[in-house]
Amino acid sequence: MNPSISTSPALFTVDGLAGVVFLIMIAITIIGGIIACNTERLVRSVAGLIVCFVGVAGLYFFLNSPFVAMMQILIYVGAVAVTIAFAIMLAAPEENKKLVASNPLIGPLGFGTAALLTTGLAVLAFKTEWPVMEKINDGSVKLIGLQLLTEYSMVFELISIVLLIAILGALVIAREGGES
Amino acid sequence: MVVLGLYNNLNTFLIIGALLFGIGIYGLVTRRTLIGMLIAAELILAGASLNFMAFNRFTAPDPAAGQIFTLFIMAVAAAEAAIGLSIVIVVYRHFKSIDAEDTVQLKG
Repeated sequence: MNPSISTSPALFTVDGLAGVVFLIMIAITIIGGIIACNTERLVRSVAGLIVCFVGVAGLYFFLNSPFVAMMQILIYVGAVAVTIAFAIMLAAPEENKKLVASNPLIGPLGFGTAALLTTGLAVLAFKTEWPVMEKINDGSVKLIGLQLLTEYSMVFELISIVLLIAILGALVIAREGGES
Repeated sequence: MVVLGLYNNLNTFLIIGALLFGIGIYGLVTRRTLIGMLIAAELILAGASLNFMAFNRFTAPDPAAGQIFTLFIMAVAAAEAAIGLSIVIVVYRHFKSIDAEDTVQLKG
């Protein structure tokens, strides 16, 4: 699995067109993320989040895992984003206040922190020699199902309990009059 | 056209993951409302999942393990969103605001 950065597929081949689609997916992801963190209204922020998640699902396709890409769209776009949209409709005040921070230093300081972390991670990614190991299987959907029910069955059951408790907890917390 | 072969390279995905993480950190620091912070946290989780999937595809011996881990991250993120949003709704009912600077009162 040598990284073939040196090979250069022509534009009008299957590989070249896949590269074009990949660049589009990167653009969708990054633009969606920037929209999600910089708009003034929260509804637009959720729209940016949805765009970003669709882009990430496209990137998962390029990582040989269409199943996880489908789950990304189903769970994040279908469930989490819709839940956030409902919460905005229930909780966001009618007159949308400006989301600009009161302290003028917060914006530049936040940007500096984020830039520092991002460049640090990127430099780390380029400087490290990642050891590449032999694949022992092909990572198909059938294999994921088998491993979920054999090797990872304990984690599977635990995550089910976590989800159940989260649902019950959300119901109890948000119940009318439960806070008094 | 070297740029068209980028999808076969581990570092591309690591840098996209780092960018998503950085955008999420920026949003988490600068956002004023609680829901905005939650959205930024989802971006951070997406960056972490992308890193897992990239290592899963390019270096890990068992390509199923990373996909299963990413599925678990999704499940935990869904639970976190459900709990967080119900807390946000209760906070709004109590303070009539979801601004993080208005909700500064602690009671036993």
